Amino acid sequence: MKKIDTRGMSCPQPVLMTKNALDKNPEGVDIIVDNNTAKGNVERFLKNSGFKSSVKEEGEDFIIEARK
Amino acid sequence: MEGKKGIIITGGIIGIISVLLVYFGNPANMGFCIACFLRDIAGGIGLHRAGVVQYIRPEIIGLVLGAFLISFKNKEFEAKGGSSPFTRFMLGIVVMIGALIFLGCPLRMVLRLGGGDLNALFGIAGFIAGIFVGVQFLNKGFNLKRNYKMPKLEGYVFPAVSVGWLILLVAAPAFIFFSAEGPGSMAAPVLISLGAGLIVGALAQKTRLCMVGGTRDMILFRDKYLLLGFISIIVFSFIGNLIFGFFNLGFEGQPIAHTDGLWNFLGMSLVGWGSVLLGGCPLRQLILSGEGNTDSVVSVMGLLVGAGIAHNFGLAASPAGVPLNGKIAAIICFVFLGAVSYFNSSDLVKN
Repeated sequence: MKKIDTRGMSCPQPVLMTKNALDKNPEGVDIIVDNNTAKGNVERFLKNSGFKSSVKEEGEDFIIEARK
Repeated sequence: MEGKKGIIITGGIIGIISVLLVYFGNPANMGFCIACFLRDIAGGIGLHRAGVVQYIRPEIIGLVLGAFLISFKNKEFEAKGGSSPFTRFMLGIVVMIGALIFLGCPLRMVLRLGGGDLNALFGIAGFIAGIFVGVQFLNKGFNLKRNYKMPKLEGYVFPAVSVGWLILLVAAPAFIFFSAEGPGSMAAPVLISLGAGLIVGALAQKTRLCMVGGTRDMILFRDKYLLLGFISIIVFSFIGNLIFGFFNLGFEGQPIAHTDGLWNFLGMSLVGWGSVLLGGCPLRQLILSGEGNTDSVVSVMGLLVGAGIAHNFGLAASPAGVPLNGKIAAIICFVFLGAVSYFNSSDLVKN
């Protein structure tokens, strides 16, 4: 599954990178985020776009699994 | 305080608190203004000598500390930095010059509209236009590269500096300036301003409120979350102004405003475009700077120095209009934004 690393990126990059990745991989992607703001924004974007998402913690980061 | 309800309530609280601050002594339609208040602080600490705008505004201190305290409580405080810091510093200067041409940051822009100042409509139009331009570069891969974890102390220094500003305000040593007249002399009592800043800082941190994100996210993702906050501030400041009898509809004779529509438009388009490149409006930069993001601290320093430059070089507008120096500076700022946007867009230039 394609992995998108948004760690350290400024707003709105995490959501923009997610959107661009899903355009190329419509079946789903894994998105690494390193803060709550990005996590919330990506999750909201996925919900509004009709994707299912689940979040795993990995150290200080989060992996958001976005699936159709 | 989650979701749409949270940000609408936050916008409402900000709208009402802003009117209350005016009631308690702040200049009209200026319960909050990140640009004006950082400019006043710049004056207070002597970075410029424009006598009518010198005062260490406690609202700014409250916003930073409110964000700091709530982010600490929620374990969201984290020291980070290193994302094109000097570019961000310069962008801060550009955004301040734009704001001082319009005479307001995006938050004051909406508060002015809520007060009936129709000149703000030109500002809003320019703001949206600037955001639109910034978004085009976002879609061409614009980014200032990632930030990195910094030593813990790096994140604490700016909140500590803002406490230092508070001490200087209260102790009032001879080298700190206080306007005897003009907007810098109009201020709510320190404790009320500080308290208002703390409340709004905490709420803005929790809800991620950002004046530029509202329009930006609508254009990019059709996401209206931040826009709800933006609109809520307008609605509730309007209601508050009606209740207190502050509402005054029109173009002429508006407080701390001019009627040059073109330059209101252009000033705020600098702010909109620059803020998109920075990743947040001046309010958001202040909040992030309280959370440990030192790239935002550097942006805030750019705003502060930009205010000093604006008044020392005669760039800032006044109710009489925009000086020639300000117009020349604005053109230079547009060129700078164009260069920063182009050379940092990965689809346009290999970096």
